[in-house]
Amino acid sequence: MAILVKQEKNAMSGDEAVAYAAKQSDVDVVAAYPITPQTIIVEKFSEYVANGEVETEFVCVESEHSAMAACLSASVTGARTFTATASAGLALMHEMLFVTSGCRAPVVMAVANRALSAPLNIHGDHSDGMAQRDSGWIQLYAENAQEAYDSIIQAFRIAEDVNVLLPVMVGLDGFTLSHTLENVETLPDDAVKKFVGTRRLPNVLTHEGKTVPFKLDPDNPMTMGPIALQNYYFEFKRQQEEAMKNALTVIQQVNDEFAEVSGRKYGNGLVDAYCLEDAEIAAVCLGSTAGTMKTIVDNLRQEGVRAGLLRLRTFRPLPVEEIRSALENVKAIAVMDKSMSFGGNGGAVFHEVRHALYDANVQPLGVNYIYGLGGRDTSPRELRGIYEDLQRILQTKRVEKPIQYLELRE
Amino acid sequence: MTTEEWKFTTKDIAEKPDLFLSGHRACAGCGPATVLRMIMKATRGPTIVTEATGCMEVVSSIYPYTSWAVPWLHTAFETAAANASGIESALKIMKKKGKVKQEHVDVIAIAGDGGTYDIGIQALSGAVERGHDFLFVLYDNEAYMNTGIQRSGGTPHGAATTTSPAGTVIPGKLEYKKPIAEIMVAHEMPYVATASPYYWRDMLTKVRRGLEVEGPAFLHVFAPCPRGWRSDPAKSIEYSKLVVETCVFPLWESINGQCQLSTPSKLIALAPQKKKPVTDYLKGQGRFSHMFKPQGKKLLEEVQRVTDERWQRLLAKCGMAQ
Ligand SMILES: Cc1ncc(C[n+]2csc(CCOP(=O)(O)OP(=O)(O)O)c2C)c(N)n1
Ligand code: SF4
Ligand SMILES: [Mg+2]
Repeated sequence: MAILVKQEKNAMSGDEAVAYAAKQSDVDVVAAYPITPQTIIVEKFSEYVANGEVETEFVCVESEHSAMAACLSASVTGARTFTATASAGLALMHEMLFVTSGCRAPVVMAVANRALSAPLNIHGDHSDGMAQRDSGWIQLYAENAQEAYDSIIQAFRIAEDVNVLLPVMVGLDGFTLSHTLENVETLPDDAVKKFVGTRRLPNVLTHEGKTVPFKLDPDNPMTMGPIALQNYYFEFKRQQEEAMKNALTVIQQVNDEFAEVSGRKYGNGLVDAYCLEDAEIAAVCLGSTAGTMKTIVDNLRQEGVRAGLLRLRTFRPLPVEEIRSALENVKAIAVMDKSMSFGGNGGAVFHEVRHALYDANVQPLGVNYIYGLGGRDTSPRELRGIYEDLQRILQTKRVEKPIQYLELRE
Repeated sequence: MTTEEWKFTTKDIAEKPDLFLSGHRACAGCGPATVLRMIMKATRGPTIVTEATGCMEVVSSIYPYTSWAVPWLHTAFETAAANASGIESALKIMKKKGKVKQEHVDVIAIAGDGGTYDIGIQALSGAVERGHDFLFVLYDNEAYMNTGIQRSGGTPHGAATTTSPAGTVIPGKLEYKKPIAEIMVAHEMPYVATASPYYWRDMLTKVRRGLEVEGPAFLHVFAPCPRGWRSDPAKSIEYSKLVVETCVFPLWESINGQCQLSTPSKLIALAPQKKKPVTDYLKGQGRFSHMFKPQGKKLLEEVQRVTDERWQRLLAKCGMAQ
C-alpha cells in the first residue's frame, strides 16, 4: 500500500469542489457560460483567474454553444480544456457535443444536472444528461461533493488517455450536490498536478509518412473536422465506439491509481456495488440518491432483509458486464430514473439495465421508479417503500405495476 | 508580430506557394474558391484557418483529401468565430506555458454569408466583443449555396433564390441586404473592410492589414457564385468589377472607426459621372432576370434608388458627401 498524501478537509459545495479540482488540474483553457445550478463553478473559476491563482485562459463566451465550440477548438489546438453547464445550456450544446466527440477532443465538463423546460424549473434531475447519452461523451455521475471533486481530476486522465480520447462529462445533482456544503478532502496542488500530468497527444501518420502529434500545428498542417461521406463516415463512428470500449478499462485503472494517492475509490470506477453479494432484492440508481439508499440498505440489513444497491457511477460507456454480474443473482430489482423517456415505457436507466440483464442466466423481476423530477423531494420513507415493494414482489413473484412514480399527485 | 514589407506584385504572388490547393470540388468559375486561394497568398507566417460549414468547407475537405496546406478546422455552421476564440486562446496560454514553439500564429476564420449574417452572427459578435486577435473573412456569395441556393440576410433585394423565388405575386426577395460590415463597425472593432476579387491587390492588402492589426478584424469579400446566380462562369470576375463600378458594393475600410473609401470607389466619388447604372451589373444574372421583364421595372428603379441612398450615406461617413 502506497503512502497517501496529506489532505486538507474543507467545507465545500459540489460546485466549489469542482471548480477547485479544475483549478488544480493545470487547465489551459476554460470557456463557459453561467446557468443555475452550475454558476458557482464559473464564478469561482473567474475568481481564480482574477486573483492570478491559475494559468488558464478564461473565455467568457456569449452562449453555451460557443462555449463548447471554443473548448473543442482549443482542445484540438493542444490545450487542456474544461467547461461546466446544466440543463438548457447542455441542450444548447447538443450539436457541438457530437462534434466534440467526433473530433476526438478530450474536453472535460461538469454538468450540474437539472430539469429541462417547459415548464421552466431550475432544480435537480437527470433530464439534461440523459438526453445526451448518445452524444459520444463518457458520462460519470457523482454521489457526493467529494466524488465530484475526485471525478473531475480523474476525468482529465480518462479523456486524454490516447486509447480513449473522448470528452467526459461529470454529473453532479443540481442543488443536492452543487449547492450543499459537505466536508471535502482536497489533495495538495502538486499531487493533483502529478496525477493529471501534462496532456499527451497521440501521434498520427500523415499522408507524407511523417509521425506527428494530433493537433492543429503550423509545422505539421492537418485538416480536422472534414466532411466524410458514405465511403468513410461509418469508420469514424466505429472508432468512437472502440474508444468507448477502451474507456471501460481506463476508467477502472484511473480509479485504482487515484485510490493509491487519495485512499478513495468508487467501486471499480464503473459500478459501485453495495451489499450485493448475497442480496435478494436491490435497487439501481445514479448520483446522490445512492447516499440515502445506502443508509436504508444498512437499516434493512439490521432487520435481516437481504437488500442491496447498485450505483452506476459510469453510465457511458454502459458497464454491461458489471451490471449483469452484479444483479444476476438478485431476485427482484428496482431501477430508479430521475428523468422521463417520454413514450419509451420507462426511464432510460431502466431500459439500459434491463438490456444488460437480457443475457443473464436468470432475469430478476424488474420495476421502474421515476422520481425527483424538477427537484421533487423524495423522502427516505418513500425510498424505503421501494424495498418494501420489492419484498412483496419477491413473495408474489409478480410485478403488478412495472412503472411507478414516487411522491406524485396522480 | 512585425511583417516584412510585401508589395503584392504579380511576381510575389506567383512565387508564393499556394496554401489553398487545387483539386477541390468547387464549380467552374466559383468566386469564393478564387477568393480563398487569393487571400491565402496574403498570409504572413504560421497560420491556422477555421471554417464554417458551407460550400468552401465542403468542396475543400472531402476525406481523405484536403485542399488546405495550413492547419484547418471545421466544427459547425455557426461556429467559425467561436472556433477562432478557442484556437486563439489556446495559442495564447500555451505560448505562455512554453507549449507552442511559434513566435506568433495568425488565426483566420472563414464563413459564407449564411455563416456570418444569419446563424453565425451571435458567435461573431461575441468573439469581436471579447477582442480576440483574429481575422474573420466573410465570402459573400449572397445565398446558402451549399444547400441549394436559399436566401440569406445577405441576399440582395429582388434576387430569386429557392426560398425567395420570383413568383407571380412575390418578385424574389422582398427584404434588403443587411449592412453587415457596418454592423461590425458598430462593434468598435479595430479593422473592418470590404473587398472584391477583381481588385485583387486591394483585397490582399486588406487581408494583410487585418492580420497585422491587434484584435479582431473583419473582411467582407464579394464572391460571385455562377451556380447560384445563374450567371456565366466566365463572368465571375467581371461581376466583381461591375458591382464596385455601380456602387452596389463599394470598397472601403474602417480603421479604428475612421471610414475611408478605397481607391476604386474613391475614384467614382471624385468623378461621379463614372458611376454606372445598377442594370449594368444586374443584367445577365439569372437571379435578376425577372426584373428585366416589363413588370420588373419598378423593382429595378427601387434597387437603383436604394443603391444611391446607401452610396450617399457611405460618402457622408467618409467625409465625401456630394
Ligand atoms: C445548424 C445547421 N443548420 C443548417 C445547416 C445546413 N447548411 C449547411 S451549409 C448551409 C448554408 C451555407 O450558406 P453560406 O454560409 O452562405 O455558405 P455557402 O454554402 O453559400 O458558401 C446550410 C443551411 C447546418 N449545416 N447546420
Ligand atoms: S455553388 Fe457557387 S459557391 Fe458553391 S462551389 Fe459552386 S460556384 Fe462555388
Ligand atoms: Mg453563401
